[in-house]
Amino acid sequence: MKKPEPVTQVKRRRDLALSVIVNQVPYINFLGVTFDRHGDELTATMRFHENLIGNPELPALHGGATAAFLEITSIVGLAWTSLWDEIETERLNVKSLQAGELALPKTIDFTVDYLRSGLPRDAYARARVNRSGRRYASVHVEGWQDNRDRLFAQASGHFLMPQRDG
Amino acid sequence: MNNIVLGKARQFIESIPHSRKMGMRVVEIGDGKAVVEMPYDPALIGDPVTKVLHGGAVSALMDTASGAAVVSHHAAGVGTATLGLRIDYMRPATPGQAITASAECYHVTRTVAFVRATACDADMDRPVATATGTFTVPTALK
Repeated sequence: MKKPEPVTQVKRRRDLALSVIVNQVPYINFLGVTFDRHGDELTATMRFHENLIGNPELPALHGGATAAFLEITSIVGLAWTSLWDEIETERLNVKSLQAGELALPKTIDFTVDYLRSGLPRDAYARARVNRSGRRYASVHVEGWQDNRDRLFAQASGHFLMPQRDG
Repeated sequence: MNNIVLGKARQFIESIPHSRKMGMRVVEIGDGKAVVEMPYDPALIGDPVTKVLHGGAVSALMDTASGAAVVSHHAAGVGTATLGLRIDYMRPATPGQAITASAECYHVTRTVAFVRATACDADMDRPVATATGTFTVPTALK
């Protein structure tokens, strides 16, 4: 019987695949968005910065920054979910990913629902892929700040999946 | 809108930290309409292969232009916040070209302002994206 793969090796492979997806996109770095991984679950963080303010009087986060944060979380979450099986079975060659061969899903439409004004604090988000077909995918994403149960924004969108047939 | 008011409205929008960080510039503003331009910046790239800007950057521009249109409407005004924003992405923006968003606040009730917006690159005949949004109307105005 095959010995189970050492946990450090499993984690290294998963973290490397995630970092390749995230680090190749300049705009994710521009907004200061990072991802924490627990197994296959991803949580995005948008660390607060003065540059994210849209209303200096309140102050409140810019609606555009919130929209962008949720869209980034959706795209990375969708790419991650669709690559998971390949990462696990090691069919995915991380080296080829690093060479910039990874095509990401493209947004078709995105609808943001602003529930509360974004506070000048860190924001978090998690995406749920509700349907992922060969061509189209539908994703819902929730954003919160201090309390997980008090969402400050949510969004849903349709995405065009990259064609990676061989 | 006279030039002083126009200048103030432009200054107000361009002083928003996030919009300034993205290099947004108000081209036109007044009477519920706003045109806002965002230069191409490699830091805003979403697709490393094609160098196309991230959809989120276009969303931020759309939100700024839409909010600016609301602010410039006589029945709405300063202190608005986005309630909802839907964006349709029709085609990738051409790398290297600035994006211009034109927004129109076409209806205002006592509580809600309705906006539609279009974003184009240098090819003005084929929009990159369209958006519709709803914005709050400040209670102080009632």
